[in-house]
Amino acid sequence: MTTLANTSQSGQSQPQSSQAAPFLQQVGAQIKAELLLTSRRGENILVTLILPVILLIFFASLKIIPVTSGSVINFLLPGILALAIMASGMVHLGISTAYERYYGVLKRLGATPLPRSGLIMAKIVAVLLLEVVQVILLGGIAFLFYGWHPTGSPALAILVLALGTITFAALGLAMAGSLRAETTLAVANGLYLLFLLIGGGILPLDHLPAPLAILAQYLPAAAFTQSLQAALSAGAPFPGAALLTLLIWMLLILVVAIRAFRWE
Amino acid sequence: MMSAHAQTAGQIAGAAASPERAEAAIVVDRLCKSYNGRRVVDELSFSVRRGEVFALLGPNGAGKTTTVETLEGYRRPDSGSVRVLGLDPIRDAARLKPLIGVMLQQDGLYPALRPREVLQLFASYYRQPQPIDQLLERVGIDPGTRTSCRRLSGGQKRRLALALALVGNPQLLFLDEPTAGMDPQARLATWEIIRELKAQGVTILLTTHLMDEAERLADRVAIIDHGRLIALDTPDRLTGVANATIVRFVAPAGLDCRALAALPAVQRAEEVRPGSYLLEAEPQSMPAVLADLTAWLRDQGITLTELRVGHGSLEDLFLRLTGAEMRE
Repeated sequence: MTTLANTSQSGQSQPQSSQAAPFLQQVGAQIKAELLLTSRRGENILVTLILPVILLIFFASLKIIPVTSGSVINFLLPGILALAIMASGMVHLGISTAYERYYGVLKRLGATPLPRSGLIMAKIVAVLLLEVVQVILLGGIAFLFYGWHPTGSPALAILVLALGTITFAALGLAMAGSLRAETTLAVANGLYLLFLLIGGGILPLDHLPAPLAILAQYLPAAAFTQSLQAALSAGAPFPGAALLTLLIWMLLILVVAIRAFRWE
Repeated sequence: MMSAHAQTAGQIAGAAASPERAEAAIVVDRLCKSYNGRRVVDELSFSVRRGEVFALLGPNGAGKTTTVETLEGYRRPDSGSVRVLGLDPIRDAARLKPLIGVMLQQDGLYPALRPREVLQLFASYYRQPQPIDQLLERVGIDPGTRTSCRRLSGGQKRRLALALALVGNPQLLFLDEPTAGMDPQARLATWEIIRELKAQGVTILLTTHLMDEAERLADRVAIIDHGRLIALDTPDRLTGVANATIVRFVAPAGLDCRALAALPAVQRAEEVRPGSYLLEAEPQSMPAVLADLTAWLRDQGITLTELRVGHGSLEDLFLRLTGAEMRE
């Protein structure tokens, strides 16, 4: 029958070539593409690298930060690092994923052999690599120009950075997967500004009006910032309350992100 | 029209019963899907043979895309079942994805990447992808272009989307309105690619608004409306060329229809619009009708400008079956 003829014909012209590439090769290619995309979009570089550097230099140079104890840079660097991580996860990852959803890229990828887990893995690795650049850049500037020296607990700092990354990346993805792209853009930038003002990274929380300070205390930004400040200070007490707050936020946001995310 | 229905029912029953079913690339069996209580796909059944080009034709909202997206694994059937290359599109997704190529209605291109970069990325999902520069040239996109996808024209985006569907050497292609937004030249080039793929044995399921696309490319056409199958057959049989009872022709207005009706093989003659005529006859006397008609016109010294045997175009048939206008 013609069916058989066609089958054998296709067998000749296309010998078993329809096979998925090995998983890690797919993820590797996707990581490369994610990094290329990050570098292509100027606004990503602006919000994740240039803006934190400007904030660090501006506030470290003007000496207007009302710090009660310790040096300005020891207070400022963890706060700016926390803001940079929020920019990578919430602002950059959130907005770019929202637009990939809007343009149907996420849906189209769903018809390829790349598993969803592979796509998410690639996005996480790309964000982590971006964060390494942020840490080196901001830490380097603080070290070279403002006399900062690494102190505190590196292990705790890495743990806090990891928790913060998961929290804010999940927050970005939760918005990207459930809101319209324009809404995600607006909300992510709005939250970033809010966290900059009441996250305790630039202005110490005890300089805010008391009710606002109490509210800010329970938000993920302050919890993240305070944990990181403690982790990067010699002899600071273990930031139990802040770390617990961050952990609760992380779990909450992860659940929401997983439940609310729509690929199309 | 009656014959189209009868053949439809016969073919579905035949496909379900015969051993050919195991060989089918796609089997859709009493598929139902509702959104917000509205039935979008309603007891739809058909099967696509391996190596076949099969067109789904229907107006907007007829359920074409929902059906295709169920086959691609994006939607879960409310009831009924689908099999694609013998697999369940959702449960066996990991095994099925490498075997299929997909062109969605939305191109889904990364706006910031260049065509070659997107194709390179998609190629890396497969063990043995097609050579990407050749593939880009085949769809008419310059591999060296530094233009980002954002700035491509609608037709260029569509052609790049076709290249993305082909890069993994699929056995089965889903093309959802593949030539939408293309200029006529690009459309012809795309049709040529589809014919080449068919010659290589690739099975193709395409949806289209374009009657001539379905007529020229498809081995069989399924017409669906309100989520139901209303006709399924080869384009020739659907348009009635194989079983013609009608001749349409265009000639100067005001010909003598009584004289035309008096021709031996002609049963009825009518001038449906000024200059547009319709003759009815028995299918077996069709050759005689044509000979009589042209002889009569010669005797009158009249030249006709168009002549069509059969029900007319697929478009005419479509209008009669659905009562709906096809929209681009």
